[in-house]
Formats: sequence, C-alpha cells, structure tokens
Amino acid sequence: MELFSLAFMQRALLAALFTGLAAPAVGTYLVQRRLALMGDGIGHVAVTGVALGLLTGTSPTWTAVVVAALGAVLIEVIRERGHANGDVALALLFYGGLAGGVLLTGLAGQSATRLQEYLFGSITTISAADVWVTIALAAVVILICVGLSPQLFAVAQDEEFARVAGLQVRAYNVLVAVLAAVSVTVAMRTVGLLLVSALMVVPVATAQQVTRSFRTTLGAAMVLGTVASLGGLVLSAFASFHARVAPGPTIVLLALAGFVVTWPLGVFLRYRQRLRQPFPAGRPDRHEIASNGHLHEHGPDCGHVAVPHEDHVDYVHDGHRHAPHGKHYDEH
Amino acid sequence: MTAASARVPDPVRLTGGTVAIGGRPILRGIDLTVRPGEFLALMGANGSGKSTLVRALTGLRPLTAGTLKLFGTPFPAFDEWRRVGFVPQRPGAASGVPASVWEVVSSGRLTRRRLLRPLSRADRAAVDEAIAVVGLTDRARDGVSQLSGGQQQRVLIARALAGSPDLFFLDEPTAGVDLPNQQALADTLGLLKARGATIVLVAHEVGPLAPLVERAVVMRDGRIAYDGPPLADHEVHHPDFGEAHTHHHAGPRHHDHAPHVSSPLEGGLS
Repeated sequence: MELFSLAFMQRALLAALFTGLAAPAVGTYLVQRRLALMGDGIGHVAVTGVALGLLTGTSPTWTAVVVAALGAVLIEVIRERGHANGDVALALLFYGGLAGGVLLTGLAGQSATRLQEYLFGSITTISAADVWVTIALAAVVILICVGLSPQLFAVAQDEEFARVAGLQVRAYNVLVAVLAAVSVTVAMRTVGLLLVSALMVVPVATAQQVTRSFRTTLGAAMVLGTVASLGGLVLSAFASFHARVAPGPTIVLLALAGFVVTWPLGVFLRYRQRLRQPFPAGRPDRHEIASNGHLHEHGPDCGHVAVPHEDHVDYVHDGHRHAPHGKHYDEH
Repeated sequence: MTAASARVPDPVRLTGGTVAIGGRPILRGIDLTVRPGEFLALMGANGSGKSTLVRALTGLRPLTAGTLKLFGTPFPAFDEWRRVGFVPQRPGAASGVPASVWEVVSSGRLTRRRLLRPLSRADRAAVDEAIAVVGLTDRARDGVSQLSGGQQQRVLIARALAGSPDLFFLDEPTAGVDLPNQQALADTLGLLKARGATIVLVAHEVGPLAPLVERAVVMRDGRIAYDGPPLADHEVHHPDFGEAHTHHHAGPRHHDHAPHVSSPLEGGLS
C-alpha cells in the first residue's frame, strides 16, 4: 500500500482520474455524430504539436493543444464542406500529422524515446505542473460537456433541426472539435496519443450496450472511463514489481475488457427487445390451432416471451406465435 | 378580410425567391404567401424543388435572390425561432448513441430555454404533452432506435411540437410510413390545425392527410405550376405538372444505431 504514498503515484492517479472522466464525455458526442475515429485523427495531428514543442524548447503540452485544436477545426471544416470524400481528407491529416511529428522530432535532435513518452503515454513521469494543467483542462472539458449537454446533444442528433431551432450550429461544432483536441492532449500523458481515441470511444461503446438514453450513456461512459484509467494504472503499478508493464496499454486493454464483458449482455438485451416488439394488428385469415402435441400451458411465468397483439397476448414459442383460445392455442 | 386579421402578419411571405445550387437554378422567382392558420401542401414530382422550397423557407438553404419574411420580419433579422417548428426529412430519428424518445423530444424545447438552465416544470409538461399528442406516452423512456420508422417520424413531429410553435414546416412526413402511422400523423396534424397553427407540408402524395389540406401548391421544375384548392393525388401527377407516373420511393432504411461501434459479428437486423 505504500505505493499510494509515493508522490509520483499520487500525481499519476489524479491525472488518470480527470482523464478518465473527460475523454469519454467528449467521446460520447463524437460517437453520436459517428466520428468515433476523430480522436485518433486529432491524436496524430497532435504528434506534430508535441514535436514542435520539442523543437522550439517550449512545453509540448501547450504546443500540442494549439496544433491539435487547429487540426480539429480543420477536420470539422472538412466534415462540414466535404460530402463523399471527407474520410480521404481525414486520412491525409492523419498521416501528415504523424509524419510531420516524427520528422520534426528528428530535426530537434531528440531521440525516439522522448517522442514515445507522448505516443504511448508515461503517466508516472508526469510533473506536478503538468498535473495541474491536466486537471484544469479536463475540468473545463467536463463542465462544458455536461453543462451544455442539451445543446450539444441537439446539434449532434439533428443538425438541420438545431439550425431551425435557432442554435449556432457551427459554433457548437467547432466547440466540440476544440474540446476533443483538448481532451486528446489531456489524455496524451496518460494513455498516449496513439491510444487516446480508445479512452474516448471504448467506454461509450461499452455503456451503450445496456443503456437506452443519452444521459445514462454519457454518465455511464464517464464512470467506465474513470474505472478503466484508475484501475489500469493501479494494475500496471502492482504488476510492474514483476514485469515491465506500461500503464497506457493496460488502461486501454482494461477498457476493452469491459466492452468484451458487456457485449454479450447487449446482444441479449437487443435480442429480447426484438422479440418483444408488438405484433402488427390484424388476425390471421385461417383459424389454425397449434400442433396437437402442444401440452405446455402458457402464462405470466411460463418463461416464453409474451408479446401484445391487439386485445390479447401472443407467446413466442420456438419460432411460433401461440395465442390462447379457449382450451387450445391458435397459431398467429 | 376583417380589420383584426389584417393586422396579423403573414407567417411566410416569399417574394421572387430564387435558389441556385452549384450554379444550377433550382427555384426560380417563387412568390408564396402563407396566411395565418392555413394548411398548405407543397406537392410535385421528385426534383420539382418542393423540398428545396421548404429548406429555403426555414433558412437552411440561402436564397440567391428575392426576399423572405417570417411573421413580418425580414429573414436576416428573424430570431423568433420559438414560433417555428421544423420536421426534417430523414429515415429515422436515431444517431450513433442511444437516445430516449423523451430526450429527443425535449431538444425541441431548446428554442425556449436559456443556456445552462435546467428544464423547468413548464418545459417538462410541454414535452410530456407533445409525446402524448403523437400517442407515444408508453414509449417515452424507450430508445428511439427501438421504434418503427413511422413511430420515429412521430417522435420528430413531437419534437417540433414541444416548442409550441405557431408555424410548422414538415418535409415529407409521410414518406415510407405505413398507413396506420400515416393516420396517426393525420390525427396529430388535425389537432394542430384545430389549435390554429399554420402548417406547410411537403408531400408527394397526401394520402390520409387529404381532408386537412386547404390549399395545394404544385411545383414543377423550380416554379409554381398550380396554386389553389387541394387536388386529388392523381391530378398532381398530371403531365402538365410534371412527369407522369413518378412514384415516391422511400430511401433504404438504414439500421441507424449502435453497430458502428457497438458490436461486431452481431446478426439480426441488417
């Protein structure tokens, strides 16, 4: 337990907590507008930002924020303007960002390991000043994502409707893009630029296996993101007594494990949902009695799915619809 | 016209409205005035410009020439969005993240909410009422993607209703909707009409809405070909108004929910 009394571990835990809350909050809006990979794109662009910081000797965090925000706004503009080939433009940005970053790092005379701290995260080497920056930026992201959720939800749900409702759609879109860029740079020290998108998207994907509303998805994703980032950090810290275990990948794999566990549940829930869809009105023309060997008696606790059908209930039984009729069951 | 009604500004007044998309004229010199309480059906063949006209009237498609006034205010200065309800044309109400019927409808209330304020009691009551009007009260907590296409269309109408507007624009609300749901739609619109709302509806075929329509405007090739009392569906497709025998087909219904990120290898709906 003395692990938690170490200063670097406390800093890491704080950074992980805020990252875990902020990244899925923005991620929910990205997934909602089907831009799940936007975080990845911004992450690649941010590599150039980090390299610029290394080259000029300024703080890589701040140069990354600026370059990532510019990249995010550019992606947003391409999305708004472009129709069919938006994804190609995104791909160009991805690779331009990554290649530019690696090239600039070389020019700065920095080794690849220095860049790797940012590519795959190095939460345990985070400085006290960086922790405060992380906390402040993450807090801003969380406040905006939660506080403006009615507006951001409406814009992401249906842009045209939002415009006719008088919302400044473009301003909100740019806001989400900038928030995404900020949370990418916030999460950069925790999981690294190449894995940042996972922390934004995987908790959302996990949450929506079981949720039916946006609010619960947003809340559950934030909780899951926090559990994954804190849990992954602690796991890797304990495991590192035995082997070299990096926190970033551990966090991402833990989040993915959460999805793998929840996925069958989601499949089951959606299957039940489809079975329970009410049948369309209208009775069959013929009076067909369920096969004479039907000995089972349907009822509220019989275990078969009961589906409303006009004024009665049909029971779904091995691909048949059995409607009670006197002493026997009709095929509906 | 009595003196009292003369003072009420017309909800929509478009003069010389022209829209060009990519250098091609889509709407040409349209003059259209919609009077308070009118139920107007915009009809015409595919590509006749009827949807573009509605998009121009809501400001989604900027005019290249002409002037638009909503409730007597020139469009650039118009900000009373709470008076306008819009039901866009789309295959469904779902998006990449689950959203409940109640949440989607409550976003219609944004025209009346201030920034960073929670929903007031009046807001909640308006949302509940809008859901009740379209007959989905028992599905209010369900995810929108679990509803049928026709029910999703009713959710979009409830969303427009929630802001209690005076003027409704509906873009093809009946496209790809089965007959019982079209009937439910007609009942809802009948109720709105009885409350005195002005309704502008784009439809290829009016179907069960026919008894409600007071005025039909038929578009042909970007111009108004007919403006007057309602026409039967087959008359709209008269060769004078456009190509005969064009039928509206609803686009492919996308299964518009989670699978993008939710779960690979899942069977069932395609």
